[in-house]
Amino acid sequence: MSQIHVSTTINGDPVEYLCEPDDTLLDVLRDRLSLTGTKEGCGSGDCGACSVTIDGRLVCACLALGAEADGRKIDTIEGMAEGEKLHPLQEKFLEHAALQCGVCTPGFLVAAKSLLEKNPSPTETEIRYWLAGNLCRCTGYDKIIRAVMDTAKEMKGKRKGKKS
Amino acid sequence: MRYEAPTSVSEAAKLLAKEKGLARILAGGTDLIVQMKSGMIEPDLVVDIKRIDALKRIKKEKGGFRVGAAVSGAEMEEHEELCALWPGVVEATNLIGSTQVQGRATMAGNLCNASPAADCVPALVAADAVARVVGPKKGRDVPVIKMTTGPGKTTLKRGEFVESIFLPSRKKRSGDAYLRFIPRTEMDIAVVGAGVSLTLDKNGKCSDARLSLGAVAAKVLLVERAAKILIGSNLDEETLEKFAAAASAAAKPIDDKRGTVDFRKKVSGVLARRAAIIAAERAMTTEKKGKK
Repeated sequence: MSQIHVSTTINGDPVEYLCEPDDTLLDVLRDRLSLTGTKEGCGSGDCGACSVTIDGRLVCACLALGAEADGRKIDTIEGMAEGEKLHPLQEKFLEHAALQCGVCTPGFLVAAKSLLEKNPSPTETEIRYWLAGNLCRCTGYDKIIRAVMDTAKEMKGKRKGKKS
Repeated sequence: MRYEAPTSVSEAAKLLAKEKGLARILAGGTDLIVQMKSGMIEPDLVVDIKRIDALKRIKKEKGGFRVGAAVSGAEMEEHEELCALWPGVVEATNLIGSTQVQGRATMAGNLCNASPAADCVPALVAADAVARVVGPKKGRDVPVIKMTTGPGKTTLKRGEFVESIFLPSRKKRSGDAYLRFIPRTEMDIAVVGAGVSLTLDKNGKCSDARLSLGAVAAKVLLVERAAKILIGSNLDEETLEKFAAAASAAAKPIDDKRGTVDFRKKVSGVLARRAAIIAAERAMTTEKKGKK
């Protein structure tokens, strides 16, 4: 198989790589670019551990080919914190102890961030439906949902503060 | 395997026509990539159609909408006019998989994957949607009900692919709905699916109706016998009972781990009836909106 040359943007940085035509985006991120924050759970789009965004759209990296990323904007968990400063969702996940083993956590964070960008004040039901494609076998979900709700509330408060 | 991402429909058709081995279209990839990774299929050529601008568009046409084959469920949900005209089709499509899957999965892919339990297909059949098929010869328009023949089997010929799906215009006081039964609330495969599209006249009498059932036969069914029962009625209790019984009678399901024959037949009637009620409510709402 001849390799494909891909020019893309990952977490705001221009990135170039060579990949096999049947490499998934997840294979590329983890094995070629060493961005191992994105996890492989099922590899079939059922668990959401590999959640990333392509051109701002939440997807499973295991269900996209690496070759498809050419000219697109990819965002992963590695781009979520700004240097040492954690994203509010990351802070709240820590505060609420919304994780145990942590394998699902990057996927949940990326998916929750995508939700809050689209809908800054989601109801609990909306959060549960949005995150239905992210599986967690440790927490029982409740702490995760609380953490997302609390983040939304806090971010809303901050936005209001700025306005006044 | 070769990966190609053409920028025009004709270029894509040429690539498919030239390929001697197994070629597959990559739209959302939520079925294709899973099949590739599990070793179910080993394509020699994958043609990504997401770089073809026309196939990424939802376009107004003759009072209806033409939805490109690469348009994802998430993009459909964000299209207010499409949601207003065909809410049942959009809600059926949005039931396919998770938020992440919605970011990629397409109606055309769901149709061509040809699962008897495909969620958007009964809604498309009820809507009398038409797939535009392109390939080495002149394009052709194929009613969605004629696109599949059985599990995994389509009527596409070698080198052909679905370019778009056309959802027609609607008469005043029309509505559609899709319901499915699954043992949980999200992320599962339909045990039974029912799509209803209907039109009411000025007096609230049903003047036109279509019912389609999924997951109760080798392919999605169009149940004209049941739909006829609704026509001319006010969707009164007695009519709905008869309609549900006709839907149950039309279902020809199998027993499997997700449901027994008896259960699926019963649920076919229950869902058909509930979907008809929702479709009628929506038909009334569109009238109210029109009056304003």
